[in-house]
This record gives sequence, structure tokens and C-alpha cells, in this order.
Amino acid sequence: MEAFGNLLMGFQIALSPYNLLVATAGIFLGTIIGVLPGLGGANGVAILLPITFAMPPTSAIILLSCIYWGALFGGAITSILFNIPGEPWSVATTFDGHPLAKQGRGGEALIAAFTSSFFGAAFAIVLVTFFAPLIAEFSLKFGPPEFLGIQMLTFSAFVGLGGASVPKTLASIFIGFIMAAVGLDIVSGQLRLTFGTVELMRGFSFVVAVIGLFGIGEIFLTVEEGLALKGIQARVTWRTVADTLKDLRHYWRTFICGALIGSWMGIKPGGATPASFMSYGFAKRFSKNPEKFGSGAIEGVVAPETAAHAAGVSALLPMITLGIPGSPTAAVMLGGLLIWGLQPGPMLFKERPDFVWGLIASMYTGNVIGVLIVLLFVPFFAAILRVPFAILFPSIIYVCAIGAFAVNNSTTDIWYMMLFGIVGYLFKKLDYPIAPMVLALVLGDMAESALRQSLIMSQGSPGIFFASPISAVLVISSILLFIWPFLSGFPHRTKRG
Amino acid sequence: MRKADIACGLVLLVLGGLVLRESLELKIGWGLNGPEAGFSPFWLATGLVVCSAIVVIKAFLDRSPSSQRPFVRREALVPVAKAALPAFGMVALTEAIGLYPAAAIYLAVYMRWVGKHRWVTTLLLSIFLPVFSYFIFDRWFLIPMPKGHWTWISGLY
Repeated sequence: MEAFGNLLMGFQIALSPYNLLVATAGIFLGTIIGVLPGLGGANGVAILLPITFAMPPTSAIILLSCIYWGALFGGAITSILFNIPGEPWSVATTFDGHPLAKQGRGGEALIAAFTSSFFGAAFAIVLVTFFAPLIAEFSLKFGPPEFLGIQMLTFSAFVGLGGASVPKTLASIFIGFIMAAVGLDIVSGQLRLTFGTVELMRGFSFVVAVIGLFGIGEIFLTVEEGLALKGIQARVTWRTVADTLKDLRHYWRTFICGALIGSWMGIKPGGATPASFMSYGFAKRFSKNPEKFGSGAIEGVVAPETAAHAAGVSALLPMITLGIPGSPTAAVMLGGLLIWGLQPGPMLFKERPDFVWGLIASMYTGNVIGVLIVLLFVPFFAAILRVPFAILFPSIIYVCAIGAFAVNNSTTDIWYMMLFGIVGYLFKKLDYPIAPMVLALVLGDMAESALRQSLIMSQGSPGIFFASPISAVLVISSILLFIWPFLSGFPHRTKRG
Repeated sequence: MRKADIACGLVLLVLGGLVLRESLELKIGWGLNGPEAGFSPFWLATGLVVCSAIVVIKAFLDRSPSSQRPFVRREALVPVAKAALPAFGMVALTEAIGLYPAAAIYLAVYMRWVGKHRWVTTLLLSIFLPVFSYFIFDRWFLIPMPKGHWTWISGLY
């Protein structure tokens, strides 16, 4: 009941005219960002982070989270009409969404996608509302060893479930942590890894890294692939909306399945993309007519969109309760929290209930506003992609430069952004995953101080990580996840041998 | 692909080595306040060295056809360079004349040179976008963008 009262208070905050305006602006900007190639949730939020410095923290997080929802919606538009997944998690949406658009049923596909996004998000938001206070309450008992355990679990999930090459994933995690260590050491106050230069004393800003790695790197990739945009017009009338909504009732099983997969996978880092593929696979396996998948089945749009949106929402659950982000976008928001002077983690629920519950309530309002905006403005958003590339690309790079500069008011950061862009381009081409590197860069300081505090508590004995049952479970399960790729490969080899 | 993989792995290997050397200077043992400053960088760099060594060895032994593909197709190299070089140029110009004029020049060059747009479109857009963003950031959100070393240019607006 206490949660209910808190939620009501949250709604009072989220429904204030200023915050509603902020949410609408966020959704609008977010959808544009999701539609544009090279800009996605993570770097869109990163670029706009500086303009939130002057806002009250609650409005700032509402703006950023609404940009995130908008980007999730925007990804569906490009996948269906242009066969270009704006985000990795909308790849599965292109399988059936684009064939539908080619058959002239683009409007239907879009409405199905938006409705399922909305349903997936709503499902996950209800979960967040009920579980967030419980998890926060539980994690108040956590000390440094438990927090390190959770961080280990986060990163071993990348290694165990990420699907990329294990040494490359690990290398990218190590690089992230090393970059986080550059600059002032928070425990001893010594300067580290500056190689005697002044430029490195400030360390690397993760916002700049995100803009470069995801934004600039992605643009270079798109230029290389030489994408020609051939969009399909889709007319959305109220009749199509009504007809599609009536039709969608038959897919309630796909909806629930997708929402469950999404909410579960989203809590783990990098979950939205595998969740969308898993949900698509499940829907195909249990469908009455699986042969229609791939050539334009509405279910094939419903399944991945529901899961991706549910995962996107539930990725915020570990961020607000534990201070551990579940996705790169959540990581940028977490960085925002630190900049606004809030300490992410379980204490946030006690110290700033207005912030936490304002955010949770804004998830409800944001997604309602989002669904309305995308339905009303589909033609506008689709028109953005008809802007010639030679105008889009330099403008995106220009906007990225503004964002990178505004973080610390330093032109050096624009150079770093370009450098990170090249690194991002190379890493994408060579299959080094980028998301774990960004997460390591954000969490680096916290992880290191947790490690060192634990070791101080135990006088240097690593036994402390197994001393309490919670940290023992966390550490052992992260070790299991870590060696999972080796274990799952093992039986095949012995069978053949 | 294979060569690029090896090259990238070697760069990471060297990077790890440099960090190792730096952290050894910071001391990696047990100090008065628990682990010393070099403790975690040391082990992180060790991990990086081991991983990049594995990547290099794996790439070296890889003789599969996919490893023989070129890293960047020759015809794709030109557009990538055309996108990257002017962007670096804009950043360099920003240091001298400030972000807004640099962006105007960059937008104009890219639109005319790569996009082959008409002069009218080029000029209108490359002036409109920076002016528009000037009003949003410098005026509305009060986030001043870099004005460059040559202040007489930023003095104009």
C-alpha cells in the first residue's frame, strides 16, 4: 500500500504541466533520434545530457527517459518502412515488418508495432512499480562485497550471453575499466595512467565516449555501406487503427510471451536485442502458421517489438534500485544521476522518493504520450529519412560535436569524440562488443572502490566475497555465467571425440 | 580482415603493456590504506594483455575464407575518408574560429562536394543550421559553444 501512495505522489509530479511538456518534448526528440541513422537511445541521451544540467533532476530524468522511449518507437518506423533497423533490437522487426510494408500494409504493421511496444512497456512498468521498492529494500543490506558481486554478474553476463568472441568481449571490458581508472584515483588521491600529460588528468568522460563510439562510429559504418534509402509510403487512417487493433486481439499469447521474455532479459545487460530475437523465435515456433513468418506476418512484428520495449523498460530496474545499468542508455542516465548530484543505488528510494517515483510515474505518462505522438506523426518521422544523406550526415556530426563539447566545455573532448568514433568503427568491424566497454567505463570507479573497500575490510583476503551468503551466490553465479560458453561448447566436442 | 584483426590485437597488446608499466610505478602491493593505486590497473592491464594475445594468436591461425576478405572494400574507402576527413577538419577549425563558423564551412563543403547539392540549398542550409543552434544553445540554454582563438570572429556575433 505504501508503494501505491508513493506512486500517486509520483503521478502528481509527472502530471505537472512542466513535466508533461518535458515528456512530450523528450518523446518527440527521441523518436527523431531513433529514426536517424547513427543516433540511437544511448548517444541521443548523451548528446542531450548537457541541456539537463540546469533542470531540476526529476524533470531531467523524465526528459532523458522519454527520449529513450521515443528512440524505441522510432526504431520501429525505420525498420518497417525503410528496412533499416535504427537500433540493434529492431533488426527482428524488419523480418516481417518490411514485407508487410511492401504489400501495402505498412500502416497496419506500424500500428501493430506501436501497440505491442506500448503493451510490452506497460507490462514491464507494472513489474518495475512493484519490484523496484522490494529490490531496493533488499539491497539496503548490501555492502561492498555484494555490490562487487552484482557488478561481476553484470559483466559475466556479457561474456556468457553476449554471443561475441570471449577474448574480445573481455578485452573490451578491460579497456573500459582501464579508461575509467585514468585520472585521479578516488581512494588514494594519486594521479594515475596520465603518462605525464595534463590532458589525461581529467580522465575520460563516458558521455564523450558514448557519443563517439555509438554516434560517429555508426555514421562511418553507414557511409561505408553506402545505404540508399528507399522508403515505402504508409498511410495511417483511423480506420486502419481500429481494424488493426481489432485484429491484434488474436495475438494475446504472443503479447504475453514477448512481454515476459523482454522483462526477464532486460534486467540483464544488453538484453533488449537477444530478447527481441528470442521472442520472434518463440512466436514462430508456437504459431499456428509458422510458414507465414518472414513474408509478412503481423505476429512477426508484435513479438520482437513487445519484447524489445519490455526489455528497454526493465533495463531501468537495476539502474534505479542497485545503481547498475542494464543497457548502455541506462548507463548514460546513471552518469546523469551522478552529474545532477544524486547517488544511484538503494538509498535513492529513501532519500529522494520524489525523484524515483516521479520517474516511475513518468514511465506510464511517457508511454501513453509516446504512442499517441508516433501514431499522429508517422508521416513526419518517415519524412526525416528522405532528407538527403549529404545533409543528414554532417548535421549529425555537428550535433554530436555540440553534445561532446557541452559536457565539460572543452574542445579536447571533441577530439576525443572523433577518436572514439574511429575506435567504435574499427571495433564494430572487428566484432569487439562496445556496450560492455561503455558500461565498464561508467561503473569503473564504483567497481574499483567496492573491490578495494572489500579488501580493506578483510585485510586483503579474497575470502570476503564468499563470507556472506548473498555475495557468495552472486560471485559463484557470475563465475558460472562466465564459463558458460566453454561449458556449452564442451558436450559437442566430447560427443564427436 | 585477418591482418586488421592482428594489427588491432597488437595495438591493444602494446596499450596493455604501457598501462602495466605505469601501474608498476604506482606500486601494486598493499599500502597503508589497503591496495595501492596501481593495484587494479595492474590486474586489468594483465587481463587486457592476455586477451589481446589470444586474439592475435587466434587471428594468426585463422585460415578460413572469411578471414581473407578485405577489411574495407576499396570502393568504400573513398566515401569513408570523405566523411571522416572534413569532420576532423571541422574540429581543427573549431579551435581557431569557433564551432559555429567551422560548422557552417563544414556543412557547406560536405553538401557541395559530396552531396552535389545546388549552391542555393548549400548556402541556405549551412548558414541556417549553425545560426539556429546558436540561438538554441548560446541564447536559450545558455551553454556557450567554443569561440576559438581568433576572438575577432566571435566578436561579430
